[in-house]
Amino acid sequence: MAIVFEKPKALTDAPFHYCPGCPHGIIHRLVAETMDELGIEGKAIGVAPVGCAVMAYDYFACDMIEAAHGRAPAVATGIKRCRPDNIVFTYQGDGDLASIGMAETVHAAARNENITVIFVNNAIYGMTGGQMAPTSLPGQVTQTSPYGRDVNHCGWPIRVSEMLATLEGPEYITRVAVNNVKNVRNAKKAIKKAFQNQIEGKGFSLVEVVSACPTNWGMTPKQALEWIESDMLPYYPIGVYKDRSAKEDAAE
Amino acid sequence: MAKVTFNTDMCKGCGLCVDACPKQCLAIAQDKLNPKGYSPAYMKDQEKCIGCAFCATMCPDCIITVEK
Amino acid sequence: MAERILMKGNEAIAEAAIRAGCRHYFGYPITPQTEIAAYMAKKMPKIGGVFLQAESEIASINMVYGASAAGLRVMTSSSSPGISLKAEGLSYIAGSDIPALVVNVQRGGPGLGGIQPSQSDYFQATKGGGHGDYRMIVLAPASVQEMASLTIKGFDLADKYSMTTMILADGTIGQMMEPITFEDAEPTVYEKPWALTGTECKRKHNVVNSLYLKPDELEKKNFERFEKYAEIEKNEAMWEEYMMEDAEICVVAFGITSRIAKNAVAEARKAGIKVGLIRPITLWPFPTEVLRAAADKVKAFISVELSMGQMIEDVKLATESKKPVTLCNRAGGMIPTPDEVLSAIQKAEKGEF
Repeated sequence: MAIVFEKPKALTDAPFHYCPGCPHGIIHRLVAETMDELGIEGKAIGVAPVGCAVMAYDYFACDMIEAAHGRAPAVATGIKRCRPDNIVFTYQGDGDLASIGMAETVHAAARNENITVIFVNNAIYGMTGGQMAPTSLPGQVTQTSPYGRDVNHCGWPIRVSEMLATLEGPEYITRVAVNNVKNVRNAKKAIKKAFQNQIEGKGFSLVEVVSACPTNWGMTPKQALEWIESDMLPYYPIGVYKDRSAKEDAAE
Repeated sequence: MAKVTFNTDMCKGCGLCVDACPKQCLAIAQDKLNPKGYSPAYMKDQEKCIGCAFCATMCPDCIITVEK
Repeated sequence: MAERILMKGNEAIAEAAIRAGCRHYFGYPITPQTEIAAYMAKKMPKIGGVFLQAESEIASINMVYGASAAGLRVMTSSSSPGISLKAEGLSYIAGSDIPALVVNVQRGGPGLGGIQPSQSDYFQATKGGGHGDYRMIVLAPASVQEMASLTIKGFDLADKYSMTTMILADGTIGQMMEPITFEDAEPTVYEKPWALTGTECKRKHNVVNSLYLKPDELEKKNFERFEKYAEIEKNEAMWEEYMMEDAEICVVAFGITSRIAKNAVAEARKAGIKVGLIRPITLWPFPTEVLRAAADKVKAFISVELSMGQMIEDVKLATESKKPVTLCNRAGGMIPTPDEVLSAIQKAEKGEF
């Protein structure tokens, strides 16, 4: 018998601190599998966010740095401009990337900074206990929108991929989900492409991963994955929002 | 013939592997607790396993190894 | 003999940084320090360096954080309101124990304040600014020559102690032109085994981080850091003494005010007043010992500042308030004339405090 599935080498032995059923672990694994398959663990430098994934630096076996809330793309820019031959990625949640760090996100994309951004959208602030996120859905009940998100009071959720795709700068913007096996496998392909793009010097690649927060959504892990399908994906459709190289290849 | 092994001590009993299995050969050991205090997943029907690794694909804690 | 070049203070900082081996500059436009960015924008692409105009002060300091973590010499520069924005990054850099060079060409505040020279960020620079227990080495140049030499020194100190050095200048010295010389010296290279270079799968991963969730670990980290700070306080204080041998009155001033004060001291000496000047070059570590020693000899101190009186607190602490300390100050971008300082000296001479 041969091993067909095991823990990737680019993950350390540290057990994830995430809640039971939290897909952060799946997404970490996809990033690590990508590092293994592309043989880039030794060149990779990861930037951890503030949020539930703050301790990602304990889980990835590559060199890591912990950034201030929202600043990961700026930190990654500093690293990549110093070490263009290394593979630099950020791993960020929705509060980090789309609220406090929106400026850093947009401008790194506009500069087509040659980095890879893994953006985990689970429509809530997990670490701080379930507050409304910039991506919380209309009507979504959170600790800070206890009567449901009222869009007339606090605005509409932001579709980050669609917005970034309007920029000239970035190379690759895509949205995937991790609510079932098929989607997880597609998410892996997108993440791998986002790293491959960096290796080829193509520039800013962002993979938005629609994820879940069973704990703060007040659901079982199974219900949470079902809610991704029924409520999240209609507002945040899966798809490739920008792929400059594919477009150029098609035009040729 | 396929073999699925669980790093049972690290399991959080979330059940995503159980739901993902197309042959319904996994289950949560409700009567057991691991050192973390969770009831872990286990293989209840080895014969039916086809080694598709759907369970491992959905496992958020990387505790499943699949051999075929 | 090293060549003499006529330069603006801000340009001197930029050129010195390049000579110190800095090849990465991240900044955001703000008056009155823009010449630094402009100089870097022109020079860096020609020497294989990187000049990048960031989207904000916050982004620029975080780019510095990343670049420094990657193990390279890096700097940013700004002026007062911009430094407030950078405070977040300064705290993270301190908490991660990595080096950086940050320039503050001060302007009047608070708020948007004005664009004229000031020294009112003394507290911010020497006492914190960002959150948490931390220090920065703070160097206060008083000439264009020192803008250059203290920048080079600043990079060395930052690398030596793995922490931020701030050049605390002001709009006057930033804009002033003076002839300066550069020594032909190769930059000192410091080992940085903690740097993010990629593991090459040959070593355990390096992690640059300021998060310690276990309070005993965080406390230990803070105590270790303060042991380092104590070393710096012991070894790195710099100051200049002027006519202090027989002085009965001691003027304390740094940066541009020290030059005005020096003129006033010279004038007062002509009138027979025994007065001298102590000019702190490092504001942190503050030259406590020399002031404490002076307190046993002189009868009064005068702190001359472009602020509502900030350094005066350190003068009082250093001298243990053994002698009266008066304040001679202007604020908001106004600068005292030598006559104003002279009259403060005359008052002190008469015992009017």
